[in-house]
Amino acid sequence: MRLYFKYLNIHLKSQMQYRTSFWLMSIGQFFIPFMVFAGLYLMFDRFGQLKGWSFFEVALCFAIIHLSFSLSECFARGFDAFSSLVGKGDFDRLLVRPRSTALQVLGSKFEFTRIGRLLQSMFVLVWSVASLPAIWTIPKLLTLGLMIANGVFIFTGIFILAATFCFWTIQALEVANVFTDGGREMAQYPLSIYEKWVTRFFTFIIPFGAVSYLPLMYLLDKREGSELLPMLFTFGGALFLIPCLFIWQFGVRHYRSTGS
Amino acid sequence: MKAYVSIWRLRFINGMQYRAAALAGMATQLFFGFVFIMIFAAFYAGSSGSVPISMEDLITYVWLQQIFLSFIMLWFRDQELFELITSGNIAYELCRPMDLYPHWYSKLMAQRVASALLRCFPILLITLLLPEPYRMGVPPSLASFLLFVVTLVLGLLVIVAISMLIYISVFWTMSPIGSILMISVAGEFLAGMVIPVPLMPDWLQTIAYILPFRWTADFPFRVYSGHIPVSEAAWGVAVQLLWLAALVIMGRLLMRKALRAVVVQGG
Repeated sequence: MRLYFKYLNIHLKSQMQYRTSFWLMSIGQFFIPFMVFAGLYLMFDRFGQLKGWSFFEVALCFAIIHLSFSLSECFARGFDAFSSLVGKGDFDRLLVRPRSTALQVLGSKFEFTRIGRLLQSMFVLVWSVASLPAIWTIPKLLTLGLMIANGVFIFTGIFILAATFCFWTIQALEVANVFTDGGREMAQYPLSIYEKWVTRFFTFIIPFGAVSYLPLMYLLDKREGSELLPMLFTFGGALFLIPCLFIWQFGVRHYRSTGS
Repeated sequence: MKAYVSIWRLRFINGMQYRAAALAGMATQLFFGFVFIMIFAAFYAGSSGSVPISMEDLITYVWLQQIFLSFIMLWFRDQELFELITSGNIAYELCRPMDLYPHWYSKLMAQRVASALLRCFPILLITLLLPEPYRMGVPPSLASFLLFVVTLVLGLLVIVAISMLIYISVFWTMSPIGSILMISVAGEFLAGMVIPVPLMPDWLQTIAYILPFRWTADFPFRVYSGHIPVSEAAWGVAVQLLWLAALVIMGRLLMRKALRAVVVQGG
């Protein structure tokens, strides 16, 4: 863990060398999800509600997913950029070091410009939580935090899976976008608005349902029952990360260098 | 002229190399199409009263967006051109006995066409054969279809002219990020990529109609489905031509100005 923070510190310093560029990038990163959110707002402006969900309820869902996504992009970026590491043969260097490969890849890159995206989602989160007074209880706020944390795990898991494929294909697979960008785009709305097959896939295979639907129902008093259960649901995200790490280990063992 | 045709051919063949990437891209685009349609359908399901565009037309609109994505994206990264400018290798480009503007213009256009041709037919076939609620409609008449082809090509010419301005601006900013990123994000929004233009509130529609972005995507797609009837579309073609002329003239002027002040960064 200490090593991880050391990596973090070094990257922050190096990115801060180009301050103007850094801030411009961050502002740009602020605007991309902002436009998506504006679209969401305008849709509600025209239609009023979405299958029984109000604007602020969907905004909350949007904020949770985008917050998780930007956090994982910020801190698990190393896996996203992994193909270049393999392509250049730099991964060989990591292998000879006496530390876990997952940690080293994780530390190989951080994208702090995502702070723009992060801030944007924070605004939406604060705005929606402030407008939904039902959430103001300790267990619910705790669940909210867990949802975000577990969302980060899910996205990180997908990044790791995509990176693992590089061991065989050298190049990054664009299909992974279906699950990262596509998953984000889809999970920013409550899962119940989609067709059954989509909902099922993204609950049982990739557990977005564990952060963007089941606990959300509890937060918004849309379901009866105990408080403990929805909190437990959120750990589906953490559970997803475990097999991903195993697959990663498997990939590392089958790694053959490009020799460059 | 012959030189530009060869550049075009080279770029085109180059673009056709990446078949695996195209396959992956197609899967992504199909997925996004499904997600968008489901979201819009969910909104439509709860709405009472009239909607400005029917669900069938909207589905066609979404699929056309996905099919011709490489015609619409404002931000079609050509790292090569950026590097030419920032690394100083632009000097070589200037030595060539051809005009830089049409040279780059044909290069950029060939990239888009190659990428679209690889992807559009398979997706088109799939979307036309999908089961009912998701199937893409066909144009109401032959006239609509022909006009769609004309407007789509004009739209492509306009989008390349806009993206040329982005590349030219790099001469001044030396960095393709930040502000340009914002312009392209806003441009894609106004082209109807996030929510279709007919669903925007009136004030925003007015803005979208004034700016050139929607003429590249929203307009041809609505001509296709007949949402904009043939009689009205003729006016749109005139507007497209006007924009094209204005953008190309502006681009050429700015480029000449930029090249006069160009500083080749050693090396």
